[in-house]
Amino acid sequence: MSLVSAAIKEVKKTTCVKTTTCYMCACRCGIRVHLQDGEIRYIDGNPAHPLNKGVICAKGASGIMKQKSPARLTRPLRRKAGSERGAGEFEPISWEEAFSILENRLRKIRAEDPKKFAFFTGRDQMQALTSLFARQFGTPNYAAHGGFCSVNMAAGMIYTIGGSFWEFGGPDLERAKLFVMIGTAEDHHSNPLKIAISKFKRAGGRFVSINPVRTGYSAIADEWIPIRPGTDGALMMALCHELVRTDLCDREFLARYTNAGYLVNVDPASDSEGLIACAKAEDKTNPFRRHDQLWWDLSSGRQVQNHSDGAEPALEGEYRLAGGTPVKPAFQLLRDRLEECTPEWAADITGIDAEKIRALAREMGRTAREQSFELPIAWTDSWGRKHPTVRGNPVAFHAMRGMAAHSNGFQSIRALSILMSLLGTIDRPGGFRHKAPFPRGTPPVYARIPNSPDAVKPNTPLAGAPLGFPAGPEDLFIGPEGEPVRIDKAFSWEYPLAVHGLMHNVIGNAWRGDPYRIDTLMLFMANMAWNSSMNTAEVRRMLNDKDEGGEYKIPFLVVCDAFESETVAFADLVLPDTTYLERHDVMSLLDRPISEFDGPIDSVRVPVVPPMGECKPFQDVLVELAGRLGFPAFVNKDSSRKFKDYADFVVNFETEPGSGQGFLIGWRGKDGDKALLGEPNPDQWKRYAENNCLFHQPMPESIQYMRNWNQGYHEWAQQMKLRRHPDPIMIQIYAEVLQRFRLAAKGKGPSARRPPPHLKSRIETYFDPLPFFYVPLEVQCTEKEKYPLAAITQRPMAMYHSWDSQNAWLRQIHTHNYLFVNPRTARAQRIADGGWMSVESPWGKVRCMARYSEAVEPGTVWTWNAIGKSPGAWKLAPDANEFTRGFILNNLISDRLPGPAGGISNSDPITGQAGWYDVRVRISRA
Amino acid sequence: MTTKQLALVIDLNVCVGCHACVTSCKEWNDGGSAGPLSDMNSYGKDPTGTFFNRVQTFEVGEFPDTETVHFPKSCLHCEEPPCVPVCPTGASYKRAEDGIVLVDYDKCIGCGYCAWACPYGARELDPTEKVMKKCTLCVDRITDELLPPQDRQPACVMACPTNARLFGDVHDPESVVSKAIRERGGYALMPEWETRPANQYLPRRKTEPKA
Amino acid sequence: MKPAWSVILLTTQIGAAQGLFLLVFLLNIFKTPPREFVLVSCAVSLGLLISGLIASFFHLGRPERAWRAASQWRTSWLSREVIVLPAFMGMVALYGLLIFFEFEKNISIWVGGVAVLLCLALFICTGMIYACLPFLQEWRSPLTLVNFFLLGTASGLTLSVPLAVIAHPQFVGPLALGAFALAAVAWAVRIASLVRNARLRPKSTMASAIGIAHPRIVQKAQGFMGGSYNTREFFHRRPDLLVRAVRWSFLLLLFPVPAWLLGWGGGSLATFIAAFALQFAGLLAERWYFFAEARHPQNLYYQAAS
Ligand SMILES: Nc1nc2c(c(=O)[nH]1)N[C@H]1C(S)=C(S)[C@@H](COP(=O)(O)OP(=O)(O)OC[C@H]3O[C@@H](n4cnc5c(=O)[nH]c(N)nc54)[C@H](O)[C@@H]3O)O[C@H]1N2
Ligand SMILES: Nc1nc2c(c(=O)[nH]1)N[C@H]1C(S)=C(S)[C@@H](COP(=O)(O)OP(=O)(O)OC[C@H]3O[C@@H](n4cnc5c(=O)[nH]c(N)nc54)[C@H](O)[C@@H]3O)O[C@H]1N2
Ligand code: SF4
Ligand code: SF4
Ligand code: SF4
Ligand code: SF4
Ligand code: SF4
Ligand SMILES: [Mo]
Repeated sequence: MSLVSAAIKEVKKTTCVKTTTCYMCACRCGIRVHLQDGEIRYIDGNPAHPLNKGVICAKGASGIMKQKSPARLTRPLRRKAGSERGAGEFEPISWEEAFSILENRLRKIRAEDPKKFAFFTGRDQMQALTSLFARQFGTPNYAAHGGFCSVNMAAGMIYTIGGSFWEFGGPDLERAKLFVMIGTAEDHHSNPLKIAISKFKRAGGRFVSINPVRTGYSAIADEWIPIRPGTDGALMMALCHELVRTDLCDREFLARYTNAGYLVNVDPASDSEGLIACAKAEDKTNPFRRHDQLWWDLSSGRQVQNHSDGAEPALEGEYRLAGGTPVKPAFQLLRDRLEECTPEWAADITGIDAEKIRALAREMGRTAREQSFELPIAWTDSWGRKHPTVRGNPVAFHAMRGMAAHSNGFQSIRALSILMSLLGTIDRPGGFRHKAPFPRGTPPVYARIPNSPDAVKPNTPLAGAPLGFPAGPEDLFIGPEGEPVRIDKAFSWEYPLAVHGLMHNVIGNAWRGDPYRIDTLMLFMANMAWNSSMNTAEVRRMLNDKDEGGEYKIPFLVVCDAFESETVAFADLVLPDTTYLERHDVMSLLDRPISEFDGPIDSVRVPVVPPMGECKPFQDVLVELAGRLGFPAFVNKDSSRKFKDYADFVVNFETEPGSGQGFLIGWRGKDGDKALLGEPNPDQWKRYAENNCLFHQPMPESIQYMRNWNQGYHEWAQQMKLRRHPDPIMIQIYAEVLQRFRLAAKGKGPSARRPPPHLKSRIETYFDPLPFFYVPLEVQCTEKEKYPLAAITQRPMAMYHSWDSQNAWLRQIHTHNYLFVNPRTARAQRIADGGWMSVESPWGKVRCMARYSEAVEPGTVWTWNAIGKSPGAWKLAPDANEFTRGFILNNLISDRLPGPAGGISNSDPITGQAGWYDVRVRISRA
Repeated sequence: MTTKQLALVIDLNVCVGCHACVTSCKEWNDGGSAGPLSDMNSYGKDPTGTFFNRVQTFEVGEFPDTETVHFPKSCLHCEEPPCVPVCPTGASYKRAEDGIVLVDYDKCIGCGYCAWACPYGARELDPTEKVMKKCTLCVDRITDELLPPQDRQPACVMACPTNARLFGDVHDPESVVSKAIRERGGYALMPEWETRPANQYLPRRKTEPKA
Repeated sequence: MKPAWSVILLTTQIGAAQGLFLLVFLLNIFKTPPREFVLVSCAVSLGLLISGLIASFFHLGRPERAWRAASQWRTSWLSREVIVLPAFMGMVALYGLLIFFEFEKNISIWVGGVAVLLCLALFICTGMIYACLPFLQEWRSPLTLVNFFLLGTASGLTLSVPLAVIAHPQFVGPLALGAFALAAVAWAVRIASLVRNARLRPKSTMASAIGIAHPRIVQKAQGFMGGSYNTREFFHRRPDLLVRAVRWSFLLLLFPVPAWLLGWGGGSLATFIAAFALQFAGLLAERWYFFAEARHPQNLYYQAAS
């Protein structure tokens, strides 16, 4: 130690510091990489970064060990002729060989039937590029991981309030007084949420966590409310019931900013039953969306177009329109719906005392009302009314996969969104706040997906975006018989609002040839032979299964990964990617940027060390392939390549020629003096690199709040091409979009499209325009007595999915996983703490070790996700604990549920969200 | 008592058990001037290695009245450090100028006796270098004049996302740590041994609903 | 604690060596045994001291730096031991040489006297290494010192019996009787310390370890899963049954078995050697148990992986 100071000086002299963006997880913190003689010595948080403000997490601080992982892929690999998929026997090939294999294969597919190329990406942060690639290729078969991740959260909230938790918005804990966190273990906003929660607690805020398990964030909650998995919908409904019953709703907010006062046709005989009555006035602001719905004006006692001057909408009652049509305000329908949803009713379902539910509702309602405040920020709403202040009702929520990853998640999350709306906390200080590019429409209708098979044509880009937001049966991507066009059946009658696709269906569907066979499956950054598949063992079998002709049922599998994952072993062709410290990346406003409440922020990664071995950034591979295959957006008129590599692409690509809109918003324009829009700037990368790898564009205060209805914001957003139209984004207390599907199922409504008979009642049941609670599909078809327990997983803070067991430091923290069981539950089965046990679902059985825990609801067992590994993967020794003692729960989760027409995906019937947390199990001593 | 005593104060009220302090400590001390810190069986069975800081989890009470407590622990830099006088070589010492308890790796013979003498399990014998190691309070950061002043803090403190780790001079009544101890009821671990740990812990604090 | 063989061997061997030396020195003053007996005893004692010292090196991570351990005699009992042990060895050697060269008795008595003081100091140092640690409550007792002293001297005395058979048969009877008596006392005191330790209430509890006043605190995760220095060094990780078996075996081997061999074994060299060997085996078991029995409070922090 006496040598310390001399040594410091020695080290310092040769150290240089570069900033970039972390990707040990999807949070995207700013980091400083300290290099000595080109070697990485130390990585810490970048204090100048708005997201993490200098802090880092366990994973981020272990980045150096990922760089040193023995499991790194360093050369393109081809499966050895004659070896089985899964055996992981490869021969190295050159990049030129790899490119020519891909080019030839893809060129042929593109010329014959582009659908036969399926391109799915996992924890991808470059969907702006990957989706462009797929679209330009002409295949509809593209999606990222959202469908198995948290699409229920995205869709449930976007269809209701025009934005969502996840990466699109969040709780304003700086001003909240009560914070209710539901079903969240860690989430994407890792560091920022931790920073915010601790500040919130220190400022005396009250933090309530609703979760079957008490770990992580819930540990520091002032109150933990254990709940039975899959029942949050009932709790939300009961809370709404109480708020309405005790009149603790923000009626002013409901009347003006939601469709609570819109009049719904309640004539069961009408063809427009359940649709909202309109004035038939032409609305110029958005040709895709009407804004002439009717109110019942209490002051004049007549129907009027909504937001007419001086009108005061009725929220309750039943009225007759001029033509005699019986109508009710949407809020009255909600009231009717909530009538039965008493705390006692919910108590039976959720396991939470009715009294506690009442107290929670009271606390929410009273905090919102009694601690509400005004910020002296003047703004003008969409109807021209000027407001001198912005009001805050300081109750904030955050929810994630605990609500989303159930097959009733969409409706539960709608109930939550409505609860938040009843409290009047949407895009208000102290409540939920949007982040650019949100808010968008409810839903954003201009993001059009194609709606017929004709959109797929040889050698032609797809006529539309592969993913988008359907607003009715007309938007489904189906054929004349109602058959799905996409391999994952997204936007078909099976999962009409599958806005993120259903990656978890791809391998099964392709294997079954349902709806058709494909030729090439390309997976990027997804470990589908392990962590991101339900029924993992079966999926591994499918990947290796051959038809009678001896050909693989999925003929060609390309995997781009940076490490030897379980999936890599199944690949025919392996593309070695760079790590996050070796490449350019863009967290673009066209995708999922790191925006803050006060304005858009995008960020980048820049290489701080050269690629290891022959690793090549996957983006460069895509840009190269796109050039070789001659995709229109990637070649010049003379069909020469337009972009040298990804870095070049990012700078020069524009969404449309001359649009001035590109992947990055910072330092645009020839001189780099423009923001959001402007011509390409060749110096853009340099400017980002000099400025902590991010660009932040704070908006004027007057347009930071109430953005759903903020005229100034809409004008700005339209100018900046964040929104197409400056129309108000109404909160959908009553979701007419869902009713359109339901009407089709009833054989009514404006669309001629009808669901196939076997899906009719499914659509009719679940596409309820008002939120409701139903038992998750898998639970519905499981024998309760045989499988009495719910089994769930959650994220450990010090591990990212399946990919950190190769990290020498992180794996010491989580070397293998236990099943956490309440001691009462375990003792009833004579299972010892630390002892071996079996856990069995109707679909499978695994052996694991038990750990008693008082912090889990007795009807639930849980484990850390993806700690167990498959032998042979990640360059772990054959006796590594991950193999010998670890396990993954996925082996117990089914990808299919029994149902008509050969079963159906174990997913939410509305969005296709994978129902990870619906499985029921029983346990025994082993 | 009047000289400086640097220390960490750990706020259990906000620690979420994220382990950021664990790996950033490892990272700093592995790559820094006092490193490396060994890891054994890194990719094999029972991986193990030297860490100066661990985050543990305890459950208090019974369902449903359960508290889950995340509990970080590193050397507490005791004011009466039992580990120091027992050291036969003088490798273990407490710095007069700031109270940091350190090990001189060049003098240590790896006898392990100081670890026996620490009731807190804060020391680890590095299995590769065979000398005793432990939290240095990042003495090579906090005293490094070449670092910008705002970086002269322990690695774990800078890493902690909840700011659950406060750093400062507990002998200076005006320091953040002294104030936190005073105002938030800071307490010492295992007071029964009179080691007078400089590091202290702030208890959980509950906010009840407003009546 | 986890028993460390190096330390077990060190303490048992030097204990016997110290006992043996004390005995010959006293005999030499009061009874003037044959020179050979004194010489052989000194040699054996020295041999045991040397092998104990060698064993102790295996306990060090960096034995090449062992010399540094002599620097902290002001505060460290270990440092003191490190000084006293070689000094004692030197004095034993010198004493042997003086006897060998038949130096003037006064001088040898003076030298021997210094050696005796060092011997007693060594007992104190060795015992204090353990007894000075406040939170190892099993060790924190004068009984630790008394035990080290009594068990060392008793085993030294038992060892002297076979040596007497070779070098001075007249002494066999009284020495055997002495060994019998001392072993009985040591045994009784050791039992007393077992009784004492069985009654100890750990001062540190889960509640004091993490500072939360609650009767039911359970660790769920120690922060790592593959083990660490703290999980390896402070707990024996042996089943209770084994620990109890060790206790019974040393209780038998320390006194009843050697006593029987000394008194009723027929008096042959072989039985006396067996008596010492078995007693020494008992001593090893006793020392193993001494470690195993000590509950280190740090273990409160390392109870569960998950
Ligand atoms: N460290 C780390 N961070 C990550 C990831 C990672 O792997 N590691 N993954 C990232 C990804 S891809 C995602 S999608 C996010 C996910 O972020 P989270 O949604 O926070 O992740 P989960 O681990 O799925 O957490 C689900 C939580 O819901 C609870 N839960 C389960 N079922 C129910 C229920 O029915 N009701 C309620 N109320 N709670 C329930 C579980 O106990 C658990 O606490 O995290 C991201 N962040
Ligand atoms: N039982 C259960 N299963 C779950 C979940 C659950 O909660 N419970 N959560 C689900 C959710 S929300 C998600 S998002 C999925 C996540 O599942 P996946 O998307 O499969 O995520 P990972 O397991 O992280 O695998 C990602 C792959 O990316 C690779 N990779 C890492 N860095 C790079 C890189 O820089 N370049 C490239 N090309 N590859 C890289 C890794 O090596 C790994 O093989 O898991 C799902 N599976
Ligand atoms: S939260 Fe994610 S992005 Fe941020 S430092 Fe940790 S691993 Fe990196
Ligand atoms: S915690 Fe342990 S190692 Fe640190 S000063 Fe106190 S006694 Fe010594
Ligand atoms: S291990 Fe090193 S520091 Fe500890 S007592 Fe021994 S010499 Fe001193
Ligand atoms: S102060 Fe430094 S050495 Fe100590 S625990 Fe924190 S990071 Fe580790
Ligand atoms: S970094 Fe902070 S919040 Fe995370 S475990 Fe350490 S002390 Fe707790
Ligand atoms: Mo996810």
